[in-house]
Amino acid sequence: WGFFAVLQGCFVFKPSSKKRRSSEKTAHDFRSRSDDSEDTELRFVTCQSLWNQIKAETEQIQEDLNKQLLDNLVSFLSRSHSEFQEKTTEWTCRMKFREIPTAALVLGVNVTDHNLTFRGLSDVLQDNISPYVALLEAKDCPGIKNLMQKLMGQLMSCDIDVDSMEDEDCVQVSQNRIRCSMSSLISWYESVTKKTDSETPSKKRNSSSRHWQSPPVVVIFKDMESFTTKVLQDFIVIGSQHIHELPLVLIFGIATSPMIIHRLLPHSVSSLLCIELFQSLSCKEHLSTIIDKLLLTSQFPFKLGEKVLQVLINIFLYHDFSVQNFIKGFQLCIVEHFYSQPLSVLCCQLVDVKKRVCSLSHDQCENIRRLPSFRRYVEKQESGKQIDLLTNDSFLKGETEKLLEDLHVYHENYVSILRCLHVFTSSLPKYPLGKQIRELHCACLENRVWETEEYESSLQLARMLNNTDLVTMLQQCVEILMSSSGKEFDKTVEKLKEFLTQFQNLEAEASQEQDVSVSSQKELQKKTDLYQLQKTLLEMKESRRSKKLTKFEMLRFEVVDYIDSLVRKYLVPAADRTLHEIMYFNAAAVLRGHLNAAPRTALHTALNNPHWYLKNQALKCDGGGISNKAPDICIVYKLHLECGRLINLVDWLEAFSTVVMAAEEPNADAASSDQVDDIIHARFIRAVSELELLGFIKPSKQKTDHVARLTWGGC
Amino acid sequence: MPNLEHPAYPAADLLRLESLVPCRESQVSMLLSIFGERQHFSFPSIFIYGHTSSGKTYVMQTLLTTLQLPHVFVNCVEYFTSRLLLEEILIQLQSSSSDTEQTCPVHCDSLNDFVRLFKQAVARRELQDETLYIVLDRAEQLREMEANILPAFLRLQELTDRNVTVVLLSEIVWELFCPNVGCLEPFTMYFPDYSIGHLQKILSQNHPPEYSADFYSAYINILLGVFYMVCRDLKELRHLAALNFAKYCEPVVRGEANERDTRKLWKNIEPHLKAAMQTVYLREISSSQWERLQHDGGEPGQLKGLSAHTHVELPYYSKFLLIAAYLASYNPVRTDKRFFLKHHGKIRKTNFMKKHEKTSNHLLGPKPFPLDRLLAILYSIVDNRVAPTANIFSQITSLVTLQLLSMVGQQDQLDGPRYKCTVSLDFIRAIAR
Repeated sequence: WGFFAVLQGCFVFKPSSKKRRSSEKTAHDFRSRSDDSEDTELRFVTCQSLWNQIKAETEQIQEDLNKQLLDNLVSFLSRSHSEFQEKTTEWTCRMKFREIPTAALVLGVNVTDHNLTFRGLSDVLQDNISPYVALLEAKDCPGIKNLMQKLMGQLMSCDIDVDSMEDEDCVQVSQNRIRCSMSSLISWYESVTKKTDSETPSKKRNSSSRHWQSPPVVVIFKDMESFTTKVLQDFIVIGSQHIHELPLVLIFGIATSPMIIHRLLPHSVSSLLCIELFQSLSCKEHLSTIIDKLLLTSQFPFKLGEKVLQVLINIFLYHDFSVQNFIKGFQLCIVEHFYSQPLSVLCCQLVDVKKRVCSLSHDQCENIRRLPSFRRYVEKQESGKQIDLLTNDSFLKGETEKLLEDLHVYHENYVSILRCLHVFTSSLPKYPLGKQIRELHCACLENRVWETEEYESSLQLARMLNNTDLVTMLQQCVEILMSSSGKEFDKTVEKLKEFLTQFQNLEAEASQEQDVSVSSQKELQKKTDLYQLQKTLLEMKESRRSKKLTKFEMLRFEVVDYIDSLVRKYLVPAADRTLHEIMYFNAAAVLRGHLNAAPRTALHTALNNPHWYLKNQALKCDGGGISNKAPDICIVYKLHLECGRLINLVDWLEAFSTVVMAAEEPNADAASSDQVDDIIHARFIRAVSELELLGFIKPSKQKTDHVARLTWGGC
Repeated sequence: MPNLEHPAYPAADLLRLESLVPCRESQVSMLLSIFGERQHFSFPSIFIYGHTSSGKTYVMQTLLTTLQLPHVFVNCVEYFTSRLLLEEILIQLQSSSSDTEQTCPVHCDSLNDFVRLFKQAVARRELQDETLYIVLDRAEQLREMEANILPAFLRLQELTDRNVTVVLLSEIVWELFCPNVGCLEPFTMYFPDYSIGHLQKILSQNHPPEYSADFYSAYINILLGVFYMVCRDLKELRHLAALNFAKYCEPVVRGEANERDTRKLWKNIEPHLKAAMQTVYLREISSSQWERLQHDGGEPGQLKGLSAHTHVELPYYSKFLLIAAYLASYNPVRTDKRFFLKHHGKIRKTNFMKKHEKTSNHLLGPKPFPLDRLLAILYSIVDNRVAPTANIFSQITSLVTLQLLSMVGQQDQLDGPRYKCTVSLDFIRAIAR
């Protein structure tokens, strides 16, 4: 369907546009829906500060994750040309073919994330390697001429901010007339490097210590795949011819696999390059880190509900692999939550809760009473307290504060126990509860995890773990619980440590058990009679079933049961907690509508069932019939659905006029209906051209007076 | 081999020239006789062709500089438009005339201007009584410039009425230049490939100062034995020789063998060179990595080459889209019903395959398919329901930008775009796993 192919590469960045508006305006937007009693100002401020915190956190994470890659790249680049500068006289260097140092940077298919990486990369390069960094994109460089223009533009303007102001005007004047050739680039390079040399050391000490005297010129090709072969070849050939005058370094940004280099460049050209491979962290690991640091922490009060998290993760895994889009989606959740939930004003750090609860208005108290989770809570209380909760605002506030504190404590405990459980489940065969902690998190949020089959089977598997595995897991759990901020875990840690010492004691006794088992085997070998053998086997089976478990097995059961009890106590799904609506964002449908829009379905709905959008009672149609009150385009659309690949315009017009006339003059005589009304004709033509504009039909050359369908069912 | 001799040039220069251009003496003497004496008019244009690194550029450059003939040397790849090319020629003419004088920027938009400015420049340099040589390297690029450039260069002598000879260097034969009617035929000259003996001689010439010429020439002999089958490129061979020489010397440096001990040295270097052929030569690993590896004494197997990283991680639906695209590209349309419909009718086996369809579709290459077909196959191969969301459509375009799919016929996109799947069966297998 051609129409939607036009929607190429459009990514939904809704929140960013919302954010870019001035802060007053946005605060006003928050207000526009609900009146001021619902603390819109405060909600907006909370939302902003929360987002800023999260943004800073994500940026920090990204920086840490990219650090390794960038360090490697920087060391490669600083090595690349220094070798030649040091020992130009040596024989091998004279004989060797001077290749262009090239870094092939494999970044993965999540193209939307690359921009950020490249920005970080060029910053780091400008700080550490060379002020001369140019970023080229394929869409700017259809030919070698455009490439050179772009390259020189970027290099020469980056020269301006390094140099003093006095040169600026003369550079600008000459830039328009400058010849876009390598020779002018070289003469520019010579002039800038000479200038840096001749300058007094005091003035340029900083920069000269960071860059050596002839810094390389770094050219980054952002999207290697999209460049045409010819442009790349020509540029590399030219560059390699002048490598002695212009120390060029190339960086290829590769989204798929490094094989693309061999596919794009013939051997004669790739032999001019000295290619080294650098691989960035896989985007899945990146996402895991983000989820770990943003969601599985009690640092931020805002939480994602199960469905919402699932939507975000699904978009990531099924569609784009883009961590940026995931974070944008997360941002959208925050904005949407604070915008649509009046009580989100309470979604803040624990220290602020008391003050905010106290200043709640009566309307807000009513809002609390309306929360489904709160209602459930009230119903469980005794009648006296029920009345107090429903009528007395200050009593309600006190209770709310207590409940919110509980919720915070719940979060802290939840995260630690979730990690402990993950230690167990992630080492089981076949991963019944998922390999990643995010899957476990989703499972726990969804419903009571201990009631699921997967949990049951993973407990079964856990009961079969061997001694060493079990001990290491317990040790990991102890570490997790020790480092967690929750206060209730002192006892748990003690208990786990007790288990550990018991396991150590067991090892000493292990040798005795072995003897026992050996003796029973010997007994078996004595009996030779078939009947006897069968009997003994049955007996042994019986006895094994009823036999007292070994000490190790008993202890193992105990440990698993203890873990089970922890899970039942702490991993209660958030939806069961009172007042969870304040912290958790659950409107998955809204999110899906924004992030994973289905334009095709929407268009079909609009045309097929205009009532859906127009909300006009007259349009409400029953069954498959075509109402003549619908807009013309809807009638035309419905009629065209019944046609084949080629549509006869005359027949179509006939059908259209029949539908339109149906109500107006049901008893009109046959003679007048023969001739189609001019107005109806005009309406028909307009509707058809609207359909053509939307990409449903196109004029056909196969038959005169026919149009071709472009949509489904044509063939 | 005949010694170079020409009455017009001093014997010392000729001797030096001869030592600089080994194995190309006959071509050089031929050129010299064509050039004649300095003031003689020569052929208006000479076309020299030969395979990669058969010494065309090097010989021309050495000849012109050694004998100090006035010349201009331009690479046509570097000056990719006719304007840049013409201006570069003029700039070089000006700058060589007087180094101290600041060269004013030249503006030359057309050949007419060029001829005028060229005459001025020649007059300024007082070259009327000497032949000026304009050498155009990689002349095949001229074909992509304006149509009048090539014919004009061929008869530049006539157009400018000055003593000038244009030399075109190219790797392809003159016939492929397809000159239109009225073109002056240049004098064509062929540079044959270097034979293995030539290569041996040339490569041995540049031995490192620490070692004797014989030692190095034995090394070159081994090197050529390994690489001559795959590579006859002189530059590449010299590069490889320099890269691996350290390894060859190792036993000598350690004192395990002396310089004459050829057999021992051969045993040491041969597997190493074979490994180099698999890796460095193909640019699977870079030469600097190779050197570091040599230095650390590691095995070449440690470093994975570029081709080893073939795996591409794709999002779930992108994988299915790619598989669907592959199916659509390599299966005939008629079979779709049979493969992807649950209740397809019975198809008579005998008549089903037409004769031409029996040849493997993989030999015929991918066929284009419309977007509708791709989506229809996608819906039938994915287990659960797929909503046609904007994300799915944008994934198709991102597959196109990643060059995994390609768009066929860049016409109106509303007109039902058609795609082709450009990945191989192995790639699809790896994805489908």
